[in-house]
Amino acid sequence: MSGYKQAFKKAFPYTIPVLTGYLFIGIAFGVMYAEKGYSFLWAILMSVLVYAGSGQYLGVNFFVPGISFLQVIFLTLMVNVRHIFYGISLLKKFNNMGKKRWYMIFGLTDETYSLLCTTNVPEDVDEEKFLFAISIMNQCYWIIGSALGGIAGDFIPFNSEGIDFAMTALFVVIFIEQWMSKENRVPELIGAVAALISLQIFGVDRFVLPAMLMIVTVLFVGRKKIDREVNDPCH
Amino acid sequence: MPLDAKTSFLIILAMALTTFATRVAPFLLFPKGREVPKTVQYLGVVLAPAVIGMLVVYCLKGTVVFSYPYGIPELISVAAVVILHVWKRNNLLSIGCGTILYMVLIQAVF
Repeated sequence: MSGYKQAFKKAFPYTIPVLTGYLFIGIAFGVMYAEKGYSFLWAILMSVLVYAGSGQYLGVNFFVPGISFLQVIFLTLMVNVRHIFYGISLLKKFNNMGKKRWYMIFGLTDETYSLLCTTNVPEDVDEEKFLFAISIMNQCYWIIGSALGGIAGDFIPFNSEGIDFAMTALFVVIFIEQWMSKENRVPELIGAVAALISLQIFGVDRFVLPAMLMIVTVLFVGRKKIDREVNDPCH
Repeated sequence: MPLDAKTSFLIILAMALTTFATRVAPFLLFPKGREVPKTVQYLGVVLAPAVIGMLVVYCLKGTVVFSYPYGIPELISVAAVVILHVWKRNNLLSIGCGTILYMVLIQAVF
């Protein structure tokens, strides 16, 4: 267990940006759900079982008479389809993690994925435990945020509008960190440009799936040029 | 509550299973112990940075570009994060300052 204590201690600083972001977008979710007439316990339940930022924002609208389960599944699928990509970079890493891998897979949100993929594990800590600690802590922030929003969303003592920019800033920082390694630049640009083009063509609500297809296509077409040593996925 | 507890719970369950399905799919396609095809290994390596590029756009997708405030708060804040980060390489500093700047911009300036 001492290994875990060390892992949590070492992992915590890396999760602080997610802490800030998740607390506040979690609160926003809790407030929205409470406005639909659901107590904070329901918000906690959803954050424990579903654990998906934009998915849960959208999900709040499902709780109306007449909604069909097919609709719930289809819309959730559409908003979360980008997650299908994430595991591909983490196959090797997670498959070495025994039973813990099921939780790791469950917890693959945008933010957790980005941290898991881009954080260099400190030398004096067990990698598996370190990664596990990141995932667990991130979900805790999300659950706490949702609960707070459900309980006391209306009493937040300051204007928190725009605080969710913390997530954007986190991804921008990771983008720059990745940019420092030359071999990441072309794929990064492919991802960003494909998303931008797709956003222009298909609009805010429908651009992710076409963007993903575009990204995979370009990555395949340009494989010879992009290809490099394939040793350790995610690094 | 607009719906009864059972229906509400089932909706949450449906969301949970669907979300998990998107996350587990690659692991079911390429189960433990089986050699991952070279093509997929290649994708695994190049998709990580590509996804980061996509996520930056995803986060900024709601930015209003063609009418006031023309995406200026986002542009300034992202630029600040980039400059700070290239200069200091301190994650928390870049994210913290960028976020506070953005909040000030949209609450007090624009």
